[in-house]
Formats: sequence, C-alpha cells, structure tokens
Amino acid sequence: MFKKILIANRGEIAVRVIRACHEMGIAAVAVYSEVDRASLHVRKADEAYPIGAPAASESYLNIQKILDVAARSGADAIHPGYGFLSENAKFARACADAGVKFIGPSAAAMDAMGSKTKARQAMERAGVPFVPGTSRGLESFEQAEEVAARIGYPIMLKAAAGGGGKGMRLVHGANELKSALEGARSEAERSFGDSEVYIEKAIINPRHIEMQILADEHGNTVYLGERECSLQRRHQKVVEEAPSPIVDPDMRRRMGEVAVRVAQAAQYTNAGTVEFLVDQQKNFYFLEMNTRLQVEHPVTELVTGLDLVHLQIHIANGEPLPFTQNDVMIRGHAIECRIYAEDPDNNYFPSPGKITLLLLPSGPGIRRDSGMYEGWNVPMDYDPLLAKLIGYGTDRDQAIGRLTRALNEYFVGGIKTNISLFRRILSDADFRAAKIDTGFLDRLLARKDDHAVSPTDPQATEVAVIAAGMFAVLGQAAAGAGERPVLSGTTDKQSAPSNWKRAAYREGLQ
Amino acid sequence: MTYDIAIDGKNYRLDLNQIDGRWHCQLDGREIEVDAVLARPDVLSLRIGNKAYEVKCERVVSDLHIWVGSVRYAAEVRDPRSLRGRARAVDEHGPKKLTAPMPGKVVRILVTQGAEIEAGAGVLVVEAMKMQNEVKSPKKGTVQKILVNEGAAVNAGDVLAIVE
Repeated sequence: MFKKILIANRGEIAVRVIRACHEMGIAAVAVYSEVDRASLHVRKADEAYPIGAPAASESYLNIQKILDVAARSGADAIHPGYGFLSENAKFARACADAGVKFIGPSAAAMDAMGSKTKARQAMERAGVPFVPGTSRGLESFEQAEEVAARIGYPIMLKAAAGGGGKGMRLVHGANELKSALEGARSEAERSFGDSEVYIEKAIINPRHIEMQILADEHGNTVYLGERECSLQRRHQKVVEEAPSPIVDPDMRRRMGEVAVRVAQAAQYTNAGTVEFLVDQQKNFYFLEMNTRLQVEHPVTELVTGLDLVHLQIHIANGEPLPFTQNDVMIRGHAIECRIYAEDPDNNYFPSPGKITLLLLPSGPGIRRDSGMYEGWNVPMDYDPLLAKLIGYGTDRDQAIGRLTRALNEYFVGGIKTNISLFRRILSDADFRAAKIDTGFLDRLLARKDDHAVSPTDPQATEVAVIAAGMFAVLGQAAAGAGERPVLSGTTDKQSAPSNWKRAAYREGLQ
Repeated sequence: MTYDIAIDGKNYRLDLNQIDGRWHCQLDGREIEVDAVLARPDVLSLRIGNKAYEVKCERVVSDLHIWVGSVRYAAEVRDPRSLRGRARAVDEHGPKKLTAPMPGKVVRILVTQGAEIEAGAGVLVVEAMKMQNEVKSPKKGTVQKILVNEGAAVNAGDVLAIVE
C-alpha cells in the first residue's frame, strides 16, 4: 500500500481525501497557494508545501510544481480531487513518467473520453445510445425532412460550428421545418461563416442522471447506481440525490450496463461517472463521461455503504475490486446540498470574506463535508463551494425532513451563502413530488420568494429588536469574530482590531 | 440603557436593564418578560414568556444583522443620548464614502476624479471569484477622490472613492 499520498487540490475535497488517507494509515501531503496558508486542508495534513501565487495557473494547475513537491515529500501517489488537474491527461502522463501513481484513470482513457469523435465511434460500436440524429451536416431539405420523420418531432437543428445557442432552431412539426432550416443555415453562416446544420432529436426538459462506475486494473467494472442531478443553475449542479426517484431496478440495470460498456470501450480504470440525458418517456442517452471523482460522490456512498475514495486508493494500488456487481445494494435515500459562498439577494454573486460565526448541524442522517471554519477568510480566487451538506434517510421523505432540519441548524455568519435557497427547494411542492428536470431551478428562481417576505412568527421582529439591544448592552463580551462591536466609538474599519486592542478594551470595561 | 432600534424601516424604543443577572425590558413602553443566556459570542438563547428562540448576531462592515431562527433582520441600534448618533444624522448631507462590498480586485474605474455623477451611477467595478460587481454612487454629486488604482486588491469595507 502507498505510504504517502499528495493531494493536488484544496477546499472540502482535499479535506475529504486527507481523511480517507488517515483512515487507511497513509500520510497526507497538502499543497497550498499563497492565499490558502490558513485553509483547513493545510491544518489537517501531515505535511504541507507552498506552491505559489493565488492564480490557479501558478499553483494548483502547475504540473511541475506539484511533481516537485511529490519528489521532495517522497509521496508515492497523487490524488487530484475534482476540478484543477483531475481530468488533465498531460498531468496523468507526467505522474507516470515521474514514477508517482496517479489515482484515477490512465492518460489514454482520458484522451479517449476527451475527443468527441473518437469516443463516439468506440461507443457506437459498443451499442451506447446517443441522442438520435445525424452526426454530419444536412445536404438538402429533402434529407432533413426524411431524417426528421425518422427520428420523430420535436427536433433540434444545430449549427455544426455552433455554440451559445446561435444557429439553433427547435422544430415542433414538419410544417415548420423549411423556414427553420433556412433560418438556422443563414444564422450559422453569419455567426460562424459555415452554414452546415445537423439534426438532433429535441429533448424537452430532460433530466440529468449519471451512473457511478468503478473499474479495477484487472478488467472488472461495476456500476454503483445512479445520481439524479437535474437541479442545476447555469449548468452548475446545486442539489443531487441517490437513487433517482424515476429510476426503477430494471432501468438502473440497463443504464448501469451501458455505463460499464462505455467504461470498457475506453479501457477505463478507477472511479468514473457516465452522464445521461433522460427524456419524459425515460429513454436515456449518453452525454459524456467524467473521468474523476465527482463533487456529489457522497450520496452514492451513503446509499451503497461504500467509501469511494478508499476504493480509488485500493484500485490505484493494483488491488482487484473486493466485491462483484451482485454485492452492490442500494439502501435508503440521500440528498446533497452544495453550500456556496454566494449572495441569494444579489443574483448569487460570489461572497468571499471572513466567517465570523459558524454553527454546525449534526444528528441522525447528516453528513457534512466542509472546507471552512469559523474565523477563516474565504479567498476570492477560487470556486465558491464551501461545504456539502448531505441528508440520509430510510426513504426520500425522511431524507428531505432531516436535511431541512439540518439546514435550519446550519448558520454561516459574516459571508453570504445559498443556504436559504435550499430551504426553498426542499419545501417546494414539485420537488417534494420529485417532479424535477433541468429547467426546475430556473423556474423556481423566476418566481418570487414567498418565504423570505413573510416570517412565520409575527413575534419574531420584536425578538430581533430585543436581541439587538441585548447584544449592544453586552458589547464586546458578546462579540465574536465580527468586524466591530454593535456600539462603539472606535470605528476604525481600515484595520481589524488586534487581540491586544481587544484585551485592552475588555480590561478598560472592568 | 435606552436604545432607538430600527428594523425594516420601523423604529422601536427599547429600555433594557440588567439587575442581578435578570433582564428588565420595555419595548415602546410595554413591559416584556425576557430571560436570556449568551450561549457563546454572537449567539443568544432567549425566552420570551415560554417561547424559546436562538438568535444570532452578524456584523459585516457597517451592517448589523439579527437572525431569529432562519430569518434575517437588518438592524440599526442608536443610543439617543450619544453625540455620535446625532453626528451621524448630519453626516448624510456631507461627503459619502464608497466602500468595497466584499474583498476583491478593482478591475475598472468608470469615472474620473472631479466628474459629476448621478445617484446609482457606477463608479468602479470590483471582481471576486470570477464575477464582477459594480460599486454605485449612493448620491448625486461630484467624485471628490478616487483612492484606489485599477488592479488593486481591496478588503471588504475599504474606502474606494468619495462622492461629495
């Protein structure tokens, strides 16, 4: 087994991997940029090495600096976490060249998944379902008519050179096809200088469901069930759950078998995720494969009872999977909320800064994977994910109940977070009825927040008034890590009060 | 102690006295029975009658937020006898400081020193976590001073510019 693992990441996922290392008796090496010296992952690691300036390109994305630390610390493996270098084939190759084990798939498997055309050909041979359509441009209106009739309306016309919605047309029926095709072609010509247009079956309000797989280095590949990830904002997942409320055992087996074939077609090893679009008739189509550990892996861990990071390390160590497909059981229901440092009242704008007060939820069925602590200054340089709060229960209703309860216990003061958004989502009737798709969150946010305006307790305002007065009376003694006391003559906001000043102030009060 | 407390634009007069560890509380002249324990800095456990509340206090830059359960109230506390309270009222008409709403980097300055601007006009753009936010003028007036350069790193509450 590895003696020492370097974690080429930061934040909650670095802490998550360090914990797994310690659970397995492996030493953990942290790397950190200039603004991350005080970050939690540095505190939890056995060794920590600075790797440069805050900009990720100067630190967490700098392959040479990370390999230098691996050599200096004597680490025999590197866990990349998610994001940063986790899906970088060049990095995986550089690790292999340096004689350090990369905990993830081979560079060749990443390359195969990264290239759209190569991957698609291999998958088509393996019988993986794609969204029906033509992969090459349409030659004539007659051909378009014929293809559209074959795959069935509604269809989507897409510019081959396209992106950003330009040159795209949704067509509901044959009578709209001709003008839509002309429109899409001329728009594609104007926007990209290329009028090539192809047809795809339009999937209206799809669900986004993904399948977790694990593959060892001896040819064994298993699937660990699906995650429902339809709740997204700007293509960013916000809430994930396992199992999906619409997937039954038969559909799980069919999706799982496709996912295993996708992985095998690329000779994939270690943990990976195969993403699918699912239409309203529950047809599923291959979208892409993520060649890393996912942010939302805890929901799978809770319903399968497996530890994916432990398994990643065992697989990288060359061990065969310790179980077979038949041993994998889904039990209970888990839901994850991604707690971001962002301001719900200001269009979810990022909100870095100092955490002045942190009250943590706990109790039955609650898991919290976090990279923050009270007094920490959330840097402005990286992704705003602070923590993940996961609720687990016998069934979906209980998981929702526990998560709602835990969200009410959770308090992050000093910066803004999206915790209030999760209260809205979890109390929404459609969410509770599992009527969700990728358009759900935009529709919810377009409605007015009927919770924020009407506090449930009419007495609460008076309580706030009384408490505000009490905090003022108690003054410095009642103040935590905040910017300044409620009432004070010394309003020097430029420099945070030093501990010496605080002590002197307290003594002056006695 | 007597405080004038404003919450959501409404003003309250609160008389609070702590005698032998017990609180005596009058809200707008109404006697209210309160029992309070400071559970830890910034967290009060309150009993009003027999109802129990966990109240959190959050101070960010010049804002004071009181959270009752999961509901946030923006509060302003003034001591009616203090000079500072009065001085502040006068302050409204003088020069206004524009402060950074969050730590970040000044990516653009939109006006020049001495320029005339309307209330709500953008003065500078501050970037954090790959998102840009415009800092707007709180009043109509003249840009008296710009205190930062493009590219400068700023902390929450730092004064960026002064509008007269």
